Amino acid sequence: MPAVGGLDALISVTYDIVANDFVRAGEAASKIKRLLQQLGVEPGIIRRAAIAAYEAEMNVVIHSYGGRIAANITADSIEILCEDSGPGIPDIEKALQEGYSTASEDIREMGFGAGMGLPNIRRSAEEFSIESACGQGTRLKVKILHKVGD
Amino acid sequence: MVQPYFHSVTLETDNCKGCTICIKRCPTEAIRVRGGKARILELRCIDCGECIRTCPNHAKRAIADDFSLLDKYAYTIALPAPSFYGQFAGQDVSISKILQSLLTLGFNAVYEVAEAAEHVSLATRRYIENSSKRPLISSSCPAIVRLIQVRFPDLIDHLIPIQAPVDIAARLGKEAVMRKQGLRREDIGAFFITPCPAKVTAIKQPIGLGNSWVDGAIPIADVYAKVLRILPYLEDVPGLQQASAVGVCWGRAAGEEEAIRAPSHVAVDGIHAVIDVLEEIEIGKFHDIDFIECQACRGGCVGGPLTVQNAFLARVNMENLTRELSPEINPTVEKQVEENWGAGFYNLEADIEPRSILKLDDDFSRAIEKMELLEKTVGSLPGLDCGSCGSPSCQALAEDIVQGLASEGDCVFVLRDGVQSLAEELLELARRVPGSISSKTDTDEEEPPKESPKESGEVDRRDTTDQAAQ
Ligand SMILES: Nc1ncnc2c1ncn2[C@@H]1O[C@H](COP(=O)(O)OP(=O)(O)O)[C@@H](O)[C@H]1O
Ligand code: SF4
Ligand SMILES: [Mg+2]
Repeated sequence: MPAVGGLDALISVTYDIVANDFVRAGEAASKIKRLLQQLGVEPGIIRRAAIAAYEAEMNVVIHSYGGRIAANITADSIEILCEDSGPGIPDIEKALQEGYSTASEDIREMGFGAGMGLPNIRRSAEEFSIESACGQGTRLKVKILHKVGD
Repeated sequence: MVQPYFHSVTLETDNCKGCTICIKRCPTEAIRVRGGKARILELRCIDCGECIRTCPNHAKRAIADDFSLLDKYAYTIALPAPSFYGQFAGQDVSISKILQSLLTLGFNAVYEVAEAAEHVSLATRRYIENSSKRPLISSSCPAIVRLIQVRFPDLIDHLIPIQAPVDIAARLGKEAVMRKQGLRREDIGAFFITPCPAKVTAIKQPIGLGNSWVDGAIPIADVYAKVLRILPYLEDVPGLQQASAVGVCWGRAAGEEEAIRAPSHVAVDGIHAVIDVLEEIEIGKFHDIDFIECQACRGGCVGGPLTVQNAFLARVNMENLTRELSPEINPTVEKQVEENWGAGFYNLEADIEPRSILKLDDDFSRAIEKMELLEKTVGSLPGLDCGSCGSPSCQALAEDIVQGLASEGDCVFVLRDGVQSLAEELLELARRVPGSISSKTDTDEEEPPKESPKESGEVDRRDTTDQAAQ
């Protein structure tokens, strides 16, 4: 949709995420990071956005049937939207606890599944929401506020 | 007055054949080939020396200092890099003799950078204990510091703000001479025997330091032959060699992490491997590692572009040379660090500033506009990353176009398509040339026979253009 110009300048990108594809896992987050760098977003903000995007992407790779991630960037915020097609999170409250993970032993051996993804996403953003239910997809939305230098 | 940015790495234009081999290896995409010659983009170059290694025509060179600079000082100190030792092999060779050779060549004193590396090891150990930031990244390799400034500015606060061994060596060496000989600081010249251009640049243009205590840098490669010639005639001089094996090992990959002994640590060498690791750190990985040694050169400083020996051989040499040395840091160094630490002796004096090269524009809405143009431009390029345009990739050419530094016609494929359609247009035009110019009759029926020879001429010419582009 990209509308250009002025303070409402907006740019959006969307990337598909394939379940269990560990070779390409992290690529979407990398591209989002690069985009923010090209736009001259402040380094600390990029760092937070990159971590949120990466953890969200990895959750879709590891825990879901696949989905997509989008970033919407305006002059004052970076919104990251991540959706997948299931199987959903039965107990969101629990999933948000530090250290809680349902990742299998195999996944843990690969260095994932520390149960810190969702808590770190929440910590890195000003706004955080997650919608999910058993048997449905998961929809994660975070907003990181930033200021454009004069 | 604006001072031009100094770079040690420069181009010998006469030697450059415009082959584009260097543009792909450059870790910051700082080289372009335009008009048949390479050009180094000042703001992007981090002086790592990758291009010096890759250029088959020796068109990339490091500017450094030479021995004539010694004459400017009443008293001179040589600061040999630990990697310097690794250049020499043989049963009779010792570090003491290598140091002695520098005195024979005209220096009044030597101060081993290896000894300063021990100071830095202990200071770093303390810094790690007192910081909660993880992972902490070594700032001893100046090419890596510059890489982080331009490509990973969000990781600057992971860099350990402690001075590099050579700067500490120059200061300790000079202060000792000032005390013992009663000389003023400006009378003493301290010269680094350097493995790399990155250090040359770091001395002329320090990051995080007001003024370097180092006055010049002479390439290992320039000292090597001189030392080799006199080495067999020298005797061991007691007391000259001071550093332990811990400090000397800083000259090779993993030496630094072994010296610092953080609870959890990793050593990464080779600038492209370092980039991979920094990318991972940016997305939150490595957060439970205390210390990361990062060196631009494969094998560490023994792999520096201004060394002589093969890096693996140099590593073996270093092992042989340190066999008789103490495996522990000298207790007097520990005491000195104890005294100096509180006063901030080892700290960098200023912040390391970000210098992002990725930003498309300082103005956010202009950056967005350029971003959209960039996407469109990338889409119109073939995506082959062939480098024939002189930019390292299609993406890079698109960025150059957006920044007004290149045009789409620089892409040979776009150009070929352009030539082809131009030829077709010409042909079309030629068909429509009014009869009144070329013939006396106005009737359409009579034109075709006259036009047809011209038509085949055009087709021929287009064919040759096609071949030329292939
Ligand atoms: N997109 C998702 N689909 C299904 N389950 C998810 C998804 N994201 C997170 N979860 C659940 O929430 C738990 C906690 O997630 P997280 O904090 O990222 O830790 P980790 O990924 O290390 O297990 C996961 O173990 C998983 O059970
Ligand atoms: S690894 Fe050593 S030789 Fe290579 S650029 Fe860094 S400091 Fe210089
Ligand atoms: Mg996770």
